[in-house]
Amino acid sequence: MAILPPGVSQQQFDAAVRQFKEAVGPEWVFTSEEELHPYRDHFSYIKDQPNELIPSAAVGPNSVEQVQAVVRTANQYKIPLYAISTGKNFAYGGPSPNVRGSVTVDLKRMNRVLEVNDKRFYALVEPGVSYIDLYRYIQDHGLKVWVDTPDPGWGSPIGNSLDHGIGYTMGFYRDHFGAHCGMEVVLPNGEIMRTGMGALPESKSWQEYKHGFGPDPAGLFGQGNFGIVTKMGFRLMPQPEHWRTGAVMVPKRQDLIPLVDTVNYLTDLAIIGEPWYGNGLTPLMGNTEFRDAANAFNETALDAQAAAAKLHSWQVELQFYGSERTTQSNWEYAKELMARAIPSARFMDGESFKVPLTREQISKSTTPYRSNMRRNITQGVPGLGIWWMPSRSEQNPNAWDETHIGLFSLIGRSGDAIFQAQRDFAAVSKRLEMPSLFPNAIQTPVNWYQFAFIMGNGFGLGRGDTSPEGKKQAAANLRRVLAENAKVGYGDYRAPPMLQDDVAEQYSFNNHVLRRFNETLKDAIDPNGIIMPGRAGVWPAAYRSLRGSLR
Amino acid sequence: MITARQLAQAIAFAVLSLGFAASSMAQQSAAQRGNAKFQHSCAPCHGAGVGDDGHAMLPGTDALRIKYRGTLPALLEERTDLTAPVLKTFLRHGSFSMPPFRQTEVTDADIQDLAAYLAESSKAAAAKSQRGR
Repeated sequence: MAILPPGVSQQQFDAAVRQFKEAVGPEWVFTSEEELHPYRDHFSYIKDQPNELIPSAAVGPNSVEQVQAVVRTANQYKIPLYAISTGKNFAYGGPSPNVRGSVTVDLKRMNRVLEVNDKRFYALVEPGVSYIDLYRYIQDHGLKVWVDTPDPGWGSPIGNSLDHGIGYTMGFYRDHFGAHCGMEVVLPNGEIMRTGMGALPESKSWQEYKHGFGPDPAGLFGQGNFGIVTKMGFRLMPQPEHWRTGAVMVPKRQDLIPLVDTVNYLTDLAIIGEPWYGNGLTPLMGNTEFRDAANAFNETALDAQAAAAKLHSWQVELQFYGSERTTQSNWEYAKELMARAIPSARFMDGESFKVPLTREQISKSTTPYRSNMRRNITQGVPGLGIWWMPSRSEQNPNAWDETHIGLFSLIGRSGDAIFQAQRDFAAVSKRLEMPSLFPNAIQTPVNWYQFAFIMGNGFGLGRGDTSPEGKKQAAANLRRVLAENAKVGYGDYRAPPMLQDDVAEQYSFNNHVLRRFNETLKDAIDPNGIIMPGRAGVWPAAYRSLRGSLR
Repeated sequence: MITARQLAQAIAFAVLSLGFAASSMAQQSAAQRGNAKFQHSCAPCHGAGVGDDGHAMLPGTDALRIKYRGTLPALLEERTDLTAPVLKTFLRHGSFSMPPFRQTEVTDADIQDLAAYLAESSKAAAAKSQRGR
């Protein structure tokens, strides 16, 4: 079944496709159902439904000039475009557009690593370069830099950072958009713009000073729809000489507060990489008494049960990058600070390895405690090992997680904020009659972003009813959760197109002034509204009536 | 003295030999290209390495182990049934948690190369298995 862009006739569409073919070569324009199948979201909640977000065509430019030609044609015929880099943003919509019938601009063929500098520690890449590609380039050229990679490494630094993706090494590098330095963008009118020092034609520091001079619009392109990014620079972490880990265990529930305070201090002094928090009471999950105490947030009872079982309430695994001596000194310093803040804290040395680790060292933990740390990513080694998560398993040999989705709220970076979020999420769970998979009282945060925590609500939505009705109900439930979370101050950082209007609704301060500001800019910069209309809830005038249409 | 017929036969043989060699080179080259493509695009999930988070195998390999329970090899490089049409079906449509792959990622020509590589790698695996007995 052929799909047309909204408001575009078959004749206009055919004319546009002819121009796309002239621009990129006929073999790189795809219009048949068979060819377009891989441009659908494999994990869509509305798969095969009349409103599924399917493109009308896909074009695969190989150069910035070809991207310009595609954008100009789209403007001529008022066809919405949706740009993808490697198209692997699964759990957040994959390659699917926000508007059914958009033309997907598939940038995968633009896959050149333009520069990696291991003296000044940066890279400049095109959108089709994946994390795995960049890692292999660095290895093949013997360069002494690391890639801070998200869990699945088939995504691209450009696509991931533009969707505010995260990683797992030192704080500065974990915020992938924050660690970008300079970008090149094809604007909605087809012009090429460079940000930061790239705006200075003879600049020799494009990847070293991202602010340039004057207002910096780079942020508009993160989760934005103001242009198509064709090059982007990234700061890279120098390859350290040594990696060391250690665990801190604290006995009481309230110890989480000074524990987090101390970890924050170490993090912001750039002494530790990503801390991995854990709850020590999970062995008691089968115990009804424990579950009752946890569900009631009965701290006295929880502490008593922890003591009786000789378990610690919380733990955090710390990791140190540096030399053998500096990592040892930093671990000693961390223990000293922790002991000052929490005299009853216990410590266990983890691992201590020369970098780069061997495959064997990476693949198997030798810590004397149960480690939650995911090892490849702490070493900046991208891969697809995480894909066990949505795949067949011994427990589910004939099923896969068809509704794999990522929804995480931002939480203040303190023990108090964690406790408050646990209670708030439990209350939301009760109000919506959606039981959490585990007592919220044992939830721990992740510190992907250096300066904030991220937590999910704990609902078990994956591997549920995968009938069309079941998926529709699951989507409705997610919308209720997002709305309820927002009422008590929690907003999400990222979402698939299906839920982007709902997340944008959360950010409603002063009658949605932020969204109105963005849409005023959108209408001025992209008067035909052709670049990714609806992305992150920012709708151009031409498509504004579609806001909320997926609900 | 070489007769015209002998000469013709010799030339025909030479042409045939050259053709065979050229065909062999092309086949070898397709398998080599397929190997490179396999290592780039397939091996991160379907390779022979150890998986993450305590999993003994990479996710694609482990999923096929669970699916086939020994009736077929878990490793794609040991499979003898992965012709280009079979590969194309899986690559373009996906299967379970494996999403489909676009032509900008894996071209139809790449699929032919992958099939050529897997035909060779499965033979090599079978020979290794024979030697191991």
